[in-house]
Amino acid sequence: MSAQDPTLGQAGTLALPRRRIRWGEKLVQGILFLAAAVSVLTTVGIVVSLLVPAGEFFREVSPWDFLTGTTWAPLFEPAQFGVLPLVVGTFVISLLSALVAFPLGVGVAIYLSEYARPRAASVLKPALEILAAIPTVVLGYFALTFVTPLLRDLGVQVEIFNALSASLVLGVMLIPTVASLSEDAMAAVPRDLRQGGYALGADKLQVSTRIVVPAAISGIIAAFVLAFARAVGETMIVLIAAGQLPQITFDPRETIETMTAFIGATGNGDVPTGSIEYKTIFAVGLTLFAITYAINLLSIRLVRRFREVYE
Amino acid sequence: MRLNRPITVAALAAMLVLATAACGGGDGRGSGGTITADGSSTVGPFTTKAAEDFKAQGGVDVTVGISGTGGGFERFCRDETDISNASRPIKDEEAAICADAGIDYLELTVATDALTNVVNPENDWVDCLTVDQLKAIWEPGSKVDSWRDVDESYPDVPLRLYGAGTDSGTFDYFTDAIVGEEGASRTDYNASEDDNVTVQGVAGERGGLGYFGFSYFEENQDRLQALEIDGGSGCVAPSVATAQDGTYAPLSRPLFVYVKRSSFDDDENVRDFVAYMLDNGQTIAEEARFVPLSDARLAEEQAKLEDATS
Repeated sequence: MSAQDPTLGQAGTLALPRRRIRWGEKLVQGILFLAAAVSVLTTVGIVVSLLVPAGEFFREVSPWDFLTGTTWAPLFEPAQFGVLPLVVGTFVISLLSALVAFPLGVGVAIYLSEYARPRAASVLKPALEILAAIPTVVLGYFALTFVTPLLRDLGVQVEIFNALSASLVLGVMLIPTVASLSEDAMAAVPRDLRQGGYALGADKLQVSTRIVVPAAISGIIAAFVLAFARAVGETMIVLIAAGQLPQITFDPRETIETMTAFIGATGNGDVPTGSIEYKTIFAVGLTLFAITYAINLLSIRLVRRFREVYE
Repeated sequence: MRLNRPITVAALAAMLVLATAACGGGDGRGSGGTITADGSSTVGPFTTKAAEDFKAQGGVDVTVGISGTGGGFERFCRDETDISNASRPIKDEEAAICADAGIDYLELTVATDALTNVVNPENDWVDCLTVDQLKAIWEPGSKVDSWRDVDESYPDVPLRLYGAGTDSGTFDYFTDAIVGEEGASRTDYNASEDDNVTVQGVAGERGGLGYFGFSYFEENQDRLQALEIDGGSGCVAPSVATAQDGTYAPLSRPLFVYVKRSSFDDDENVRDFVAYMLDNGQTIAEEARFVPLSDARLAEEQAKLEDATS
């Protein structure tokens, strides 16, 4: 919206005698405004549609019991609504997959930004994009039917549905995200800094790890947090490969259930609209939303805290 | 900068088309020459097979969902489907909801099922379980976590349980027949409406134990083995013969389809499909690996349909 008055031309030229209303311009402006409004309205709509049923849910189940209960069995008789097993499941998956994605993603980024010759980069980058384009349902079955048997062949005693293989595959899925964001951050590091490093006798590894990475740290942290938030929200891979057994365990070899998997499976199971089971979906959804929102707030703070500003 | 008008118009047109398409997709009801069925994942393969054959004979499309017997009845009584598949009879509460909504229906038995308990092929220690042992494993609060807890002579292999979700008729029937109270079950097992998840789980876990309809076992015989069940008069294996004559007790059960009366009366296609499903039921049952109705039972159901048509 910087060009306030399109009728004013170059400095000094006279204004047009008559202001013509440019309908096309107005139309485009309107369409663009709508495009912006849609995303805002959608967010508002989602929050409202989460809050209303979740509010009804918390009238029947106390929020304290919900947040501190250790048994999740909302569809059974008698129903129990302790969400902790789902939260723990989600965090185990997200943390593990971030641990996979972070070093690999940053490694890829360092390679692409500091080491790779153009030819290598021209192969690697499209390959990463292909990885990012694989549908998650395919990755889910890849985890279940390839990675899990592979882990067993390697002697890792995993259950058929387990958090480990889901996390590994999810971590790999997140590599492109971490890599491209980190690489952007590293590419923005001024050339002077690198030259300064070399002038002082540093080798390439020292320049990469002690100058470029610290200088780009805010972008790298943002990449990590974004990857973590995406892992929290990922549904299909964990639904297929990690199972549907809500239990509090930190052993990734066991079967678990994440918040997203619960929502996915229960929404699919066609529970009656308006029942407490139905509202459960929204209560879990709201919890998930609160968690991802908190992560995003955290990431903004982290980025501000660590930002290095260059002229 | 001048506006490129044709492009703007084209973009607007595209947006309009998109918006219309998005609005038009809302109503998935089976009015315009298609039939909508939903319900039991156990009965699903039967209806799906019937739908495929019906289509091949020149009939209309029948879409078959598998959201569980309970889920199917919810939709049925909300007037969203024409046919509801069920692996147990409709409950009084469900019938009341249907009645309130003014939905009348026909109940037909289309096949028989032997609810089958399956273990991993590597399991070489158990061939037969008694109903009491199954009850000890599945009852609410059960602490049976190892095969050794089931019987002293079994090895200490962790017991991994896979079973039906709470929306499924299989869950209702199994808990009623085994635990003695409908809906009463331990909760710490992998519960899924999708029986293929149970297949994957038991096939992939040495100590796995699961249950579902006979057809899923038949489909996956190479990956699973079925257990014999002792209901008090010796071990009986699930099979076509034992399910038909009822000796596979207490886990043999009739399978139903519920047909919405108004669809049946008003829509020739629904009438044709239901008649087709029943008349060819025995063949379809064999093709879809179900236990067909006995001749006597089939005659009974056909008479019921005859009554409804006249």
